[in-house]
Amino acid sequence: MLIETLFMFLKVFVVGGAICVIAQILINYTKITAGKILVYFLLAGALLQAVGVYQYIVDFAGAGATVPISGFGYLLADGAIKGAKNSLFEAITGGITSAGMGITAAIIFGYVFSLVFKSKSKRN
Amino acid sequence: MKTSKEFTNENYLDYVKHIAPKTKQKRTIFHAFWVGGLICSIGQGFRMALESVFNLKGDELSAYVSMIMIFLGAFLTGLGVYDRIGKYAGGGSIVPITGFANSVVSPAMEFKTEGYVYGTAAKMFVVAGPIIVFGIASSVLIGLIYFVGYRIF
Amino acid sequence: MKRTIFFNNKPKIIGCSAVAGPKESSGSIKDYIQIKLLDDMFGEKTFEKAETKMLFSAIKDCFFSAKKSESEVDAIISGDLLNQIIASTFSARNFSCGYVGVYNACATFTEALTLGAMMIDGGYFNNVVCATSSHFSSAERQYRYPLELGSTRPPQSQWTVTGAGASLISRNGEGPKIISATIGKVVDFGVLDANNMGAAMAAAAANTILTHFIDCKITNNEYDLIVTGDLGTLGSRIVKDLLWEKGFDIEKQHVDCGELIYSIKEDEYQGGSGAGCSSVVFNSYLMDKLKKKKLNKILLVATGALLSSVSSQQGESIPSIAHAVAVES
Repeated sequence: MLIETLFMFLKVFVVGGAICVIAQILINYTKITAGKILVYFLLAGALLQAVGVYQYIVDFAGAGATVPISGFGYLLADGAIKGAKNSLFEAITGGITSAGMGITAAIIFGYVFSLVFKSKSKRN
Repeated sequence: MKTSKEFTNENYLDYVKHIAPKTKQKRTIFHAFWVGGLICSIGQGFRMALESVFNLKGDELSAYVSMIMIFLGAFLTGLGVYDRIGKYAGGGSIVPITGFANSVVSPAMEFKTEGYVYGTAAKMFVVAGPIIVFGIASSVLIGLIYFVGYRIF
Repeated sequence: MKRTIFFNNKPKIIGCSAVAGPKESSGSIKDYIQIKLLDDMFGEKTFEKAETKMLFSAIKDCFFSAKKSESEVDAIISGDLLNQIIASTFSARNFSCGYVGVYNACATFTEALTLGAMMIDGGYFNNVVCATSSHFSSAERQYRYPLELGSTRPPQSQWTVTGAGASLISRNGEGPKIISATIGKVVDFGVLDANNMGAAMAAAAANTILTHFIDCKITNNEYDLIVTGDLGTLGSRIVKDLLWEKGFDIEKQHVDCGELIYSIKEDEYQGGSGAGCSSVVFNSYLMDKLKKKKLNKILLVATGALLSSVSSQQGESIPSIAHAVAVES
């Protein structure tokens, strides 16, 4: 049990780290800005799920695949695909339904924390 | 009138590129790897905890995990810590969902001086807006393709 | 075509003052800065207000150092990096003197000095204040990302100086004299990277310095120091290379305000930048050396990258400018 858990964490660490390394390589070798990196990874996650690949990565690495922004894309695509089975309505709303928690959390926490905290100037 | 392109002096640009300081590739990649891995591992920790304590599963579980990670990202941004992590880790802290939270909270805080409606609320998505736009657009597209696919095949 | 002006009446710089933020005040010119801030908010609520107050304090202290009252000063010529140069206009509303707002990005300070010297030399005005300011946090938002965004700074990037500087030029009195000035030309070699402004501005600096040498029929040996504004380490190397190519080796005389202002350790990478960079260094360190006659003749070449966040987003290259002012002790 303990060994299984540790092995799981190792998988999470390596897969999660590897996804971030791809982003870092893009930053180093191209002039892509942080905002665009996020968009590309999100689209990559959604696309990989659309062709049915990302699910395997999620099953293999758990949070290592869901915590990176590509996991957010996976969630959106997954919701849409599941909804498409039922009706046109759910095909359209399925994505945002399953990603709703993330977007809501970002808006609510974002607004609350921006009220509480202030931008600090940097010394370095 | 000449355009920007016509002013381009290739020789000069080559020369600048040649003498410009290079990013320390290996070091930044190593930093991105371990910080990115660590953030995902923290997510996994919450995943396992929620799984065993509240018995959550599937989409619900992922949703709560991302909520917690977004909370942490937003909180660390508020404290002024996340930009430090970002400077060190680069891609390692941009790509995890905490980086998404950071990209929402940082402009919201920055533009607070311009008011709570047109400052904080309106500028909240200057960096993260495209993520929502492309995310939802792609999910609708995928949904429609699958919808048609399921009906035909 | 004529780009160099020789001032017959030699306007004198009779007062100077520099206000600098905490980071600048602990750098290599810390002993020369007149007003050092412990907090870059300067007791204000926003960074923009803080910048306005810095510029106001620099101008006020400049009056004091020149022993002139506000009513004796005819005009204030100032500029900064904020949209619609609000730091300048909002600080100027506190004074009863006339106001001329100027903008040439980081080259604004020598632009203001040149215009001020022309007004004095032409006999129109007796006392004119030339001032500029910049603030790291307000510029960061203006040109780049929100402060708290966890982005990495590439190694070509520079650090905007938090500071303001003001010089009072007068027809009479004692002080270093402005002897000539060369107006810059907008130069564009097609540099696209907004993080590498040193490379864009070096071309303009080389153009202006070269024109100055040719117009004055002098060489680099004429000056004790050739001070560029904010080229940074990379830009400095480029300007030296470009001038060397044209037969002027300025290696010995050249110094860059951006390189000078910080004790560069890590995060500033190339050094300081911003409209405040050259004006802080000139009004503290260089003026002190000129007054004490440790330096006899210097050429101050402030350099500016004339981009906006809109032009970079639209994929335009970065046009640059440099104005040169020769000062003699």
